[in-house]
Amino acid sequence: MLKRTIIKNHLQEIRLIRDRCLVVLVIMSTLIVLLIGRLGFLQVMRHHFYSTLSQKNWLDLIPIEPARGLIYDRHGYVLADNVAVFSLDMIREQANNIPQTIRALQSIIPLSEIELLQFQRKLKMSHRFDDIPLKIRLSETEVARFYENQYRFPGFRITPRLMRHYPFNQTFSHVLGYEGRITLDELKTTDPANYSASNYMGKTGIEQFYETDLHGTVGYLQAESNANGQVVRVLKEIKPHPGKNITLTLDSQLQQVAEKAFAGLQGAAVAIQPNTGQILAMVSEPTYDPNAFVLGISNRDYHALQSATEHPLYDRALHGLYPMASTVKPYIALEWLDNKDVDPNFSIADHGWFQLPNSEHRFHDWKPGGHGTVHLHEAIMSSCDTYFFTIAHRTGMEPINHVLNEFGYSQPTGIDLKNEPKGIVASPEWKRRVKKLKWYEGDTLISTIGQGYMQATPLQLAQAVATLAMRGTQFTPHLLLKEEEKDKPPIFYSTTPKKIIQLNHNESWQFVINAMQDVIASPHGTGYLHFGHDAPYSIAAKTGTAQIHTITHRDKNGKSQEEGAPQYLRDHTLFVAFAPVDHPQIAIAVIAENSKQAGHIARLILDYYLTPKASA
Amino acid sequence: MIKKRLLALSLHIDIYLTLSLLSLMLFGLYILYSASNQNSIILQQQLMHFAVGFMMFFLFACPTPILYRRWAMGIYSISLLLLVAVLLVGHTGKGAERWLNLGLFRVQPSEFMKLALPIFLSAYCHAKPLPLHIRSLLLCSVITLVPVFLIVKQPDLSTGILLIIAAGSVLLLAGISMRLLSIGAGFLIISVPLIWHFLHDYQKQRVLTFFNPERDPLGAGYHIIQSKIAIGSGGLFGKGWLNGTQSHLHFLPEHATDFIFGVCGEEFGFVGSLFLIALFMSIIFRGLYITAFAQDTFSRLLAGSITITFFMSFFINVGMVTGLLPVMGVPLPLISYGGSSIVTWMASFGILMSIQTHRTLITA
Repeated sequence: MLKRTIIKNHLQEIRLIRDRCLVVLVIMSTLIVLLIGRLGFLQVMRHHFYSTLSQKNWLDLIPIEPARGLIYDRHGYVLADNVAVFSLDMIREQANNIPQTIRALQSIIPLSEIELLQFQRKLKMSHRFDDIPLKIRLSETEVARFYENQYRFPGFRITPRLMRHYPFNQTFSHVLGYEGRITLDELKTTDPANYSASNYMGKTGIEQFYETDLHGTVGYLQAESNANGQVVRVLKEIKPHPGKNITLTLDSQLQQVAEKAFAGLQGAAVAIQPNTGQILAMVSEPTYDPNAFVLGISNRDYHALQSATEHPLYDRALHGLYPMASTVKPYIALEWLDNKDVDPNFSIADHGWFQLPNSEHRFHDWKPGGHGTVHLHEAIMSSCDTYFFTIAHRTGMEPINHVLNEFGYSQPTGIDLKNEPKGIVASPEWKRRVKKLKWYEGDTLISTIGQGYMQATPLQLAQAVATLAMRGTQFTPHLLLKEEEKDKPPIFYSTTPKKIIQLNHNESWQFVINAMQDVIASPHGTGYLHFGHDAPYSIAAKTGTAQIHTITHRDKNGKSQEEGAPQYLRDHTLFVAFAPVDHPQIAIAVIAENSKQAGHIARLILDYYLTPKASA
Repeated sequence: MIKKRLLALSLHIDIYLTLSLLSLMLFGLYILYSASNQNSIILQQQLMHFAVGFMMFFLFACPTPILYRRWAMGIYSISLLLLVAVLLVGHTGKGAERWLNLGLFRVQPSEFMKLALPIFLSAYCHAKPLPLHIRSLLLCSVITLVPVFLIVKQPDLSTGILLIIAAGSVLLLAGISMRLLSIGAGFLIISVPLIWHFLHDYQKQRVLTFFNPERDPLGAGYHIIQSKIAIGSGGLFGKGWLNGTQSHLHFLPEHATDFIFGVCGEEFGFVGSLFLIALFMSIIFRGLYITAFAQDTFSRLLAGSITITFFMSFFINVGMVTGLLPVMGVPLPLISYGGSSIVTWMASFGILMSIQTHRTLITA
């Protein structure tokens, strides 16, 4: 042993090292085979898999938002357009120390609490490469100030974008609706591909109903992007297809006149072209500014709008349900007359009330002391309740229900707006089904003057009177005049009658219309004072007064307590009319809440529409 | 006299090794041009590294192996002193103290040690009868572990590993018995939890991520996932030179340095990768040939160690880029961008060439 440590055996050492070299060679070969195997696995067997991953890495599909279709009125005025605004966005990937940068930004661009709050919320919900808007509308000086200091705000940039703008502000808010940020719930119901670039969608009104037409089709940018998500090169661009431009039947000037006519009162007005069903004006008062919703309304402001006692967000013209009141009388009279239930020469002696047999209860006429001798013509003209009580007691509910349903009550009109209510035409069957109650004869009496359970929207009132104007031909009220798609001829809304009401005796139309003319023309007519008999055009009309509260029921002396009642308890007035009588151009329904002004408002609207305009 | 020296110098060139190195470097430049996004400055600097490298290559080929053997103790001691110095007054680069500023230029003493350690160990074993006695083996371990400890403390784990490989290869060739080898392996396995305890957080991350890259796809696992995508998407023939999306769009990190093999795999595919492996193997086979026909034990051990370490650097790098091994900061020798590694390797090959070219002279 000791010997072996001393004597160096060179030959043995050479052999040893060469043997070990062989071992090393074997190990190396094994490792190389392992490497080559690994490369073969990655590059040959799994090539497809990694190729896809690689492509996903660098190939980005960047959606491009299509320009939203514009909305015009019938004369070509823009009701909703897209304006370029500069918004301050954060690119999440590039931003660092966000709170500090925002503090620095605040020194040059004022940021409201709401903007900061919304930014924080979006920050939590957004994806890695999303741009998050911080402030949507920057003034020119703010843009300039930002660019001067841009180096201080890494990850922030100014992006021009198109934003919905409503030039008429509050005037068309209910009928046009507004565009707002897409909520999570809405996101589930929309096509995710087509809305991949969209942040906004129509929430109410026309903007909602024609959302698919207005939105257009999304475009794509097929781009090469690097690991930071920045676009390096655009490979292919599929341009977005802009949304259709929509022209509405509305007359913006008429709408403004109608809005002004309300002069701060609450209510609604709907004006229809009787021979087409085109809606010329649709006003609900009070109203609100839809532009606030586009910018993103603050919770506080939204709450204020929602809880205001005047309910400015509520579209009274479409959704408001009011008792039809005496406006139903011409239709009922028409039915009775046509069925020969009543002879025009038949008259009653009105003392101001009607009493059912075997009952002590008196049903009072609106006019204390009554109208004296009343024929059907006067009954319409001066809106004699006693006359209608008398006949209704004799004929029952059947004809009343029939005619009101014929004129379109208790069913949606089919207007191109969403969530239209049906309204109610009260009937024994309806009361049993809905209220689970028995029908009394008293129900028949109050129904015949449009009270009790009767309910209709201003739109239904307008549709009914337009049908009367057309002597039975009914058109679906609609707002769309034409749609224009890019590079295509415009498509006009085709007007065909929805329904034609056939009478047994065609002269019945004229009888009722004559009586409605006297509503305005005769000194005894209910519209003589409030509408005025000096209109330079022929007009057929009917007034109505909707009792909204039990307090307004007459006291024992038959005297109205109306005068002393507070504003919000006063009766609504209704006014339906069409003009000119022989060739109707416009039919209108007006409701003035807690006010007698319905006739006056209608006068202002009709005057504007029917008198030749002074050359501007 | 001068003429005779020049002639001798010219004789110290091993044509086979020089050409193999040259072709590998040319292919490396070709890859680097693409990997650096056609950055000519990086290319120029790499050319400078190559130039300095070749100077070292020829310079280190001049002394006879006997001289190296005589200087072995001195080289080792100076390198060790420098390592201690770097711990005391070192410069920080990328979070580790590796650099020593010598005024004119900065040096990385750990690179010196890569040369010094195998030289010293080979010289030590040369003086002892082989296979080594257990006592000599323990001394060899101390000679190895002292610099390894200093380097790992910098911290530079990958250089430490390469040093252990260099030392281990000397001992393997010196005839360490298989029994001792297996005992050592067992010891290593037992010490794994201990080593784990001493690892830095980022090193632990790398190891954990190696076992499951998807654990942290945007953090530590990102490197491995992206390099596998780069190589896998290359397919059989690759995407073509300058067409690699993974590297050019910066999905592949460190694509000019440690992960440059990913660029090769992506742009030249399986065929290109095999070609690169072949270039490496031609150098390694030459190294083994020189080892086998070296004339004394010192030369044999040193040549073998250099060859094996070169192979292992290559294997560890490609293994890590292809996801076979955890991510360690080992560059692909002679291909990755970076001066110190290239210069050290060229110096090593210079010694290899010295061993080869002084063969006949000694016997003569």
